[in-house]
Order: sequence, then structure tokens, then C-alpha cells
Amino acid sequence: MKLSKLIYSAGAVLTFSTLSTTVLAAGDTVPVKAMADALHLVMDSDRSVYTRKIVNRLVKKEKVIKASEHFEDDKALVLPAQMFRFGAELVQKRAKKLPDVNFTYSLQSLWPINKQNAPKTKAEKEGLKFVADNKGQNYYTEETLGGQKYFTAVYADTGVAPVCVSCHNKHKDTPKDDFKIGDVMGGVVIRIPVGM
Amino acid sequence: MSEKNSPNIWLIWLALMLALSVYFTFLLIEGEDKSVFMPGELTGGHHQIGIACDACHGESFSDKDEMQDKCVECHGEQRQKPFDSHPRSKFTDPRNADRLKNIDATYCVSCHVEHKPDLADKTGVTQAKDFCVHCHQEIAEDRPSHKGMEFDTCASAGCHNYHNNRALYTDFLVKHMDEPDVLEKPAVVEKEFASVLEEIMTYPHASYPVKALTHKDIDAPANIQVKMDKAISHDWKSTAHAKSGANCTSCHMQAIDGTNKPEWTNTPDHTACETCHDVEVKHFKQGKHGMRLQQNLSAMTPADARLPMKPEAYKKKLDCNSCHQPHRYNLQTAAVDSCLECHNDKHSLAYKDSSHFELWNKELNGELPNGSGVSCATCHMPRVSVDVNDWLRRTVVQHNQNATLTPNEKMIRPVCLNCHGLGFSIDSLADEKLVNNNFNGKPSVHVESIDLAKQDNIRHLKRIQDD
Repeated sequence: MKLSKLIYSAGAVLTFSTLSTTVLAAGDTVPVKAMADALHLVMDSDRSVYTRKIVNRLVKKEKVIKASEHFEDDKALVLPAQMFRFGAELVQKRAKKLPDVNFTYSLQSLWPINKQNAPKTKAEKEGLKFVADNKGQNYYTEETLGGQKYFTAVYADTGVAPVCVSCHNKHKDTPKDDFKIGDVMGGVVIRIPVGM
Repeated sequence: MSEKNSPNIWLIWLALMLALSVYFTFLLIEGEDKSVFMPGELTGGHHQIGIACDACHGESFSDKDEMQDKCVECHGEQRQKPFDSHPRSKFTDPRNADRLKNIDATYCVSCHVEHKPDLADKTGVTQAKDFCVHCHQEIAEDRPSHKGMEFDTCASAGCHNYHNNRALYTDFLVKHMDEPDVLEKPAVVEKEFASVLEEIMTYPHASYPVKALTHKDIDAPANIQVKMDKAISHDWKSTAHAKSGANCTSCHMQAIDGTNKPEWTNTPDHTACETCHDVEVKHFKQGKHGMRLQQNLSAMTPADARLPMKPEAYKKKLDCNSCHQPHRYNLQTAAVDSCLECHNDKHSLAYKDSSHFELWNKELNGELPNGSGVSCATCHMPRVSVDVNDWLRRTVVQHNQNATLTPNEKMIRPVCLNCHGLGFSIDSLADEKLVNNNFNGKPSVHVESIDLAKQDNIRHLKRIQDD
């Protein structure tokens, strides 16, 4: 995939222009790092809204419904992490029909409840460790997977609500049960294919 | 002499070759039955449609993505969460590139190779039995109860299913671990169609408003009414069709051969039923009974089946009317008698000696309330909750008999758990002898999955307590 395909015209992604100190003109491009940062900002904001305004409000404040990983069986809300993953899966499915849009993202952790969400590639392992050790900083690198080169960005995923921390600490499959509010509990990994 | 005749022999040979070439080319392009080109026998799941190569191969014949689309056309509904714990979407992230080198789980054919009958097990899987090891090699660390177990035992009956694991995942086992063999209030799911008719947007409300009809309302053309057997109108009047406004023309007026002009037909096919029962017909065409119709082939006959069938039924054509007698549409007949008209295997023949049949008889005789009896359809075509589209969930009869079979643990949640506890259900379905005698007795095998889940749960509760 050509680099040109990885960068969007500013006209098509007005949202990104607000990230830059310089106002972009039609036909200008957005650097791949800025694109990853912008994607993460949207993901993180949506995730935060779902966690605060839906799950925490209905489960903890108004106490009208539960949230459960077995949401179908328990007739409950989907967990914030599942909401995030379902979105990632839908993006992949929909992006297949958009040849100029190509990126993937996932939620991972050094202490995953589901072991399939543990870091696997070198970039994931280093990135997740870096964001856990360096609060407030992101990790950027390039890696090659299945013959394709990717720009890979890792962002910290922090336990913001008591419900995040308590649920992870009590889960039967958790490898870590002493998370506190504000701890980095995992990371969001965004991949954008670059070069050929 | 031989030298003299040689040119003639060559000419005959050439003509023969040309004739054969023309014949096979015609067969390949225009013929319905292309099985002569088949490289090896098909599995039980596909043999009915083996003569239609393009049903699976598509137009390109060998394009992997087109073939995958063909798999999804028929199997896609069941290959999504929550019915599939390993949907394709789980593997498409590039971080799985290394794993896909072992088994490319984004393509069905990686594990289900066709035309290789010697490789396939009874569920059509052609991978080595220990395939789980590629992703779950550290399972014993998470589940100490699994220590020492070999990876070729993961998918043993009652333990794990790669696709439909809905009745077998740990939290579900724990939730249902203490249930009795028979539940306190066993009952099958009730019918719903009549009560939701108004909500079904695809129902032809305008043409056939929901209202009870009488003999006076019969709308067959005059020339048909003259010849109509009285038994037909009598049968029709006793049905839910007459009670809900489905008149003669609802089924008998069909657009023939793709035209838009409906004409009277004496023998309406499944497309007539589809007008009101689209979900049921869609499922029917996904199962072994109707999959030939899905591919526009002639209807399946019991003679084509690999299961034992009654010889006198060999020529029966399988469409909606084969099980639902036309005009009468007696659901009790469709639920037992229609099945036993054809099926001749041990399990079917043992049904009338089973306690399930005893309950069914008592329900029919009014000795037990509705929903107490267990017919063939109760288990093989159960009423299930189905998302008929993105916005609506309905209770429908699952007319795809395979939705609750192969592997048979798929039956546990939609069927067995209406009446039985989970442990009893898992053990019963794992007991081949019990399956063959139609569950006449108690299971003689025990699957350990609930015991193992219990152990892990105790360990977990202790850890929380210690914290």
C-alpha cells in the first residue's frame, strides 16, 4: 500500500485539522503519527463516554442494570472493553470496502484477563511496557507483520472508574489483583500500514 | 491388412475423442450434474449439492475469497458471536499474522477440506485433533484443572467446541452446575407467530388482512371451486391459515418462471410459503432437507440420504408440503409422523419406546399441559429465539435441522435445558448408546467439564476470600 493512501485529504477529515496548529488546506495531507493520535483521541473519548455516561451511570449510580462479559446470557450491558473490541471488529469489516482507509486497533494488556489479549509482537511488548512505565507518554514504532510494514502506536489505557479497577481485580482469570484508580491497566495499539 | 486399416482406426479414435470432448465441455458448462469431475467424495454436509460445483466453488472455481463467500452464504448466520466463539473477525488483526501461518483461521477450508473423505471426521473437520495448541498452549496456567491434559482431547464430546461453545464455557458451567436431571418445571418454548403477526413488516397484511375466514370467503377461481374436493376446504377451515386470513390465492397464486404475473397453480412450492414464513423457509434451505432448493436443484429425496431411510419413502420430494400436509397443516403430524415416514435409523425407530414419546402422547391426549411433550421436532426443529434482522428478535421454529446437530452439544441450550439440567444434558449427549436408544434411560458416561469448572471456581472463591 502506498504511503499516499495512508494519509487523508484534510477536506475529508476536518476533525484532524483541529489537531494541528496549522490550518490545512484542501489537498494537504496528515502525517501518519497525527492520524494515529487523532484516531486514538476519538476512540478514547467514545470509550470514556460509554464507561462514564452509560455503564457507570446505569450500573453504579442508578443501579438499574448490570454490565457483564456474558451480556447476551445475562441480559446486561456490554463491558467497556467489549464495546471497544466490537468497534474494532466492525471497523475492520467496513474498512475492507474502503480502499483508502486501512488501519486496525486493539486493546491489550500486560495483565490480560483473556490471554489472547496479551502482547504478542515485539512492538506490542515494548510499547505496553513503555506506556506503563512512562505515564502520559505514547509509544511509536514501525514493525513488519506478515510481510507488511506498519506504523504502530501504543497509548496507555488507564483505570479511570472504580468499576474498572474492582472488576479486573476480582475477575477469576486476572493475573493482577491490586490495580488502583489511575493505574495503567493496558494499552490501545493502533496499526497503520506504511510503504510497500 | 493392419496397415491398411490403420487410418480408419485413427479416424475413429479422433472422432471418439472429439465427441467425448464436446460431451464433457457441454457437461461442464451447461450440465446440472457435474459429479463426474469430482476429485473425491464429499462429506455428509455437502453431498446433496455435489452436482452443483459452483455452489461452493463459485464462478472462478478456485478463488479462495469467492469460495469463502460461498461458505458464508450458507453458514454465515451461525458463524458470528454469540453462536461462534472463534468468528473470522477474531483473526483478521495483523497481530495474528504469525498464528495464521499455522492455520489460516480466516478461511473455512483451512479446517474443512472437502473431497477428502479419509481426512474428515464426522463433523467435517480435517485438521489434526490437537489444533487448539497453536493458540492455547498455556491454558494449564490459567486453568490448573487442565494440567496434564493432551491437546487432542480438547474437543472430546462435552468439553469444548471450536465454534458453538455456548453451553460449555466455564461461567455457564458454573452457573448451571447444581441443576437436577429434570428441572422443576420442564416445558418447551411456546408458539409466538400469531401474537407477533402485526409486527412482521414483510407479512402481506394489505393483501390478506388478519381475520377469520369461512367457506363463503373462499377465493379460488370459479373453475377451480367446481372441481374442489370438499375435504380440501374442510381441512383448510380447521387451520390457522383460515383463522388468520390466509385464503386459497395466498398460496395458489404464484408468479411462474420469474414473471410478475401471478397465475393459479395446483401445486404451490416453497416460494409460496416464503411469502409469510420467510424465516422458516430460509432456515429450511440451510439444512439438509432443503439445501438442494437453495441451489435451485430438484428437491432432496430420502433416496439421496446417507442416513438409513425407509425404502417406501425413497421417492418422496422434500419441500414444505412433504412434512406439512397441504391444506391440513397439522403441526402434530409434522412434528412426529412426517419424520418417521422416512427416517429409519436406530434413534428414530426407538423414539416410540422413549419417555419423550410417552410425554408427547400424554400431551396429545390432554393428560399433560401444552409444552410437556417431546416430539422429534422438539429437539431437531425446536422453537428458538432468532434475530430475524438487526432490529427484531422472534421465536420461530428452526427448520434447519443441523442447527442443533453435529456436534450435538449445539442442542443443549436451545433444547435440552428447557427440561433438563446442564450436567445431565452433557452426559446424555456424550453417551452414544443412549442417543441410539432415543434417551431411554440414564447416561452411563460422565463428562468432567462441570467438575473441572467447579474446581476452578472453588480456587477463585478462595483467592477472593484470602484477599
